[in-house]
Order: sequence, then structure tokens, then C-alpha cells
Amino acid sequence: MSRKLEIIVLAILLIFAIQFVYMSSTTDAEYMGTDGQAEDTIKEITGGAYEPVAEPLWQPPSGEIESLLFGLQAAIGAGVLGYFLGYYRAKKKYENEHACKRKSNSEGDSQSL
Amino acid sequence: MHIMEGFLDTPWWQLWFAVSVPVILYGIYKMNRLVSEKREILPLLAVAGAFIFVLSALKLPSVTGSSSHPTGTGIAAIMFGPAISSVLGTIVLLYQAFFLAHGGLTTLGANVFSMGIAGPLVAYLVYKAGMKARINFYFVVFLATAFGDWTTYAVTSAQLALAYPEGGILTLGSFLAQLKVFGAIFALTQLPLAIMEGAVSALLFKYVVNVKSEILVEMKVLEAAVVRKLRGSSA
Repeated sequence: MSRKLEIIVLAILLIFAIQFVYMSSTTDAEYMGTDGQAEDTIKEITGGAYEPVAEPLWQPPSGEIESLLFGLQAAIGAGVLGYFLGYYRAKKKYENEHACKRKSNSEGDSQSL
Repeated sequence: MHIMEGFLDTPWWQLWFAVSVPVILYGIYKMNRLVSEKREILPLLAVAGAFIFVLSALKLPSVTGSSSHPTGTGIAAIMFGPAISSVLGTIVLLYQAFFLAHGGLTTLGANVFSMGIAGPLVAYLVYKAGMKARINFYFVVFLATAFGDWTTYAVTSAQLALAYPEGGILTLGSFLAQLKVFGAIFALTQLPLAIMEGAVSALLFKYVVNVKSEILVEMKVLEAAVVRKLRGSSA
């Protein structure tokens, strides 16, 4: 099985990773979230007068809790993804083997007749 | 990143709800029908939803020195179309609004429109056009998902520019001026992330084709001839 696509994807990710390592060690970029930047921009445009029309019902009390919940989200997704891809893979393998067996069995039958 | 809770004033947040809710309802209807007709697509639906969960949880650093996250909705759009993607996108946006104070309930309509409808629609159209032009399948998936991701953030920029035009009065000029400002924040940061999302989506599609291509043919996502070719070369 060819691994061409895997290599291309890996190369793309690697380029960005190297770029990130280089840039984060040579510049003082803060890597702030874009939503926070937009919030600041809106406050700037409206002269600091903008009052959000609603507040979040609940906020993660700290950055740690927030990354816990983001991590949880990714973990749930990754678990489901792996489970079903594995399910399909095993099912296909089983079906193929089953089909092979049945085929060889029926061939045997015809010979004995 | 999604529009933050409370950062769309009346009438904008209601307007985006009015646009998004009918699409979500249609998506739920379509999804129910699809699942009751073909129960075996349920795992595939879970895979598409899970992919959105994973990708939208990853805040990645971009070349612009800020960070943002991919959307992951392109896969769902290619497999199931934009309407069902909007339902899956809504689930993720609700999780993030409730538990992460990321996005929000008042801005849910606007965020569903950008991430669940506009992005997937573009991904879907790019995919269909690319397949018709008989370009390499994985490259088409890359293009479709990358453009879908980027569209989401371009639309977010436009939504904010509409709500906060330069000088406070909405004209074409003030909208465009502000679109530049928000575009510099969102759309520019998103470009490299969109490329990464496209690459990873193409890879996931490879595995789905390997283990479950017949269902993609049945759903008319792929032609049988294309599958044979992919299997033959097994790229």
C-alpha cells in the first residue's frame, strides 16, 4: 500500500511546525486567540463603550479548566473516530475472510461430487 | 474562533438565527430520513461529527502570530451535504458555548451560519465541481475542505463588519473598510490552518475509502469508477 498521501500530509504539518518553532523563538508574537483580538477591535471601534448584550451562562474558572474541557472535547472526538474506523476495518476484514472460506468450501464440495 | 457571547447587537443576532434555524431543521429532517433508510451510515455520521469535535478543539498557532482553530466541517459536507453538516456543527457549537464560554448562545445563529452552513456549502460546491472536472480525488478533498474552513472565517469577518461598520453607519464603504480590519484578524490567520485542515481531511478520507468505499458509492459521494481507480493506485 502506497504511503504517498501520508508523506505529503506529514510534510505540510512539519513545515508549519518548524515555522512555528522558529517564529516563536525569534519574535515576541503572543499567539493570542483571534476571538480575543476581535473583541479588542470591537471595543476600539465603539470607543470602549460597547457593552455585550449577553454574558456567558458559565465560564471556566481558570485557563487550566478551559484547556481541560478543550482536551475533553478532542478526546471524545478522537475516541469516537478511532472506534468507528476500527469497527469498519475489522468488519471488512472479517467479511473478506468469511467470503474466502465459503468460496474454498464450495469448491471442495464440487470436487467431491 | 466564533463570535463571542453578547458581541452581536440587535437585530443582527436575531437575523442570523432566522437564517440558520430553517437550515438546521431541514438538516435534522434529512438526517432522520437518511438514518432510517440506511442504518449502516450511522457510524459514518459519527465519524464526521467526531472529526468536527477533534478539529474545532485544537487551537493552532498561525504564521500571523495569533492562534485559531480549524472547523472540520468539510468532511461532513462532502459526505452528507451542507444541511446535515449544520446539525453536526450546531452540536459542537453548543458544547463550546455551554462549557467553554467559547462562542455563545445569542451568537449561536451567526456561528452556525458561518461554520455549519456557509463553510460546508462552499466545501460541497468545490467538491462537486472538482469531481466533475476529474481532478485527483484527494486533491479535490483538500481543496474543498480548505476552502470550506477559510470561508467560515471570511464569513465571520463579514458578519462582524456588518454589525460594526466603520463609523457606526452601515454603508458599502464602511462595511468594506471594516471587513478589511476583521479580515486581517480572522481570514489571514486562518489561511495556513485551512491548508492543514485540508491535508488532514484528505488523509481521513483515504482511510474511509479504504474501509468503507461501497457506502460512499451508494450515497453518490463517489463514483464506482473513481473508487476502483483509487484502490488500484491506492495512493
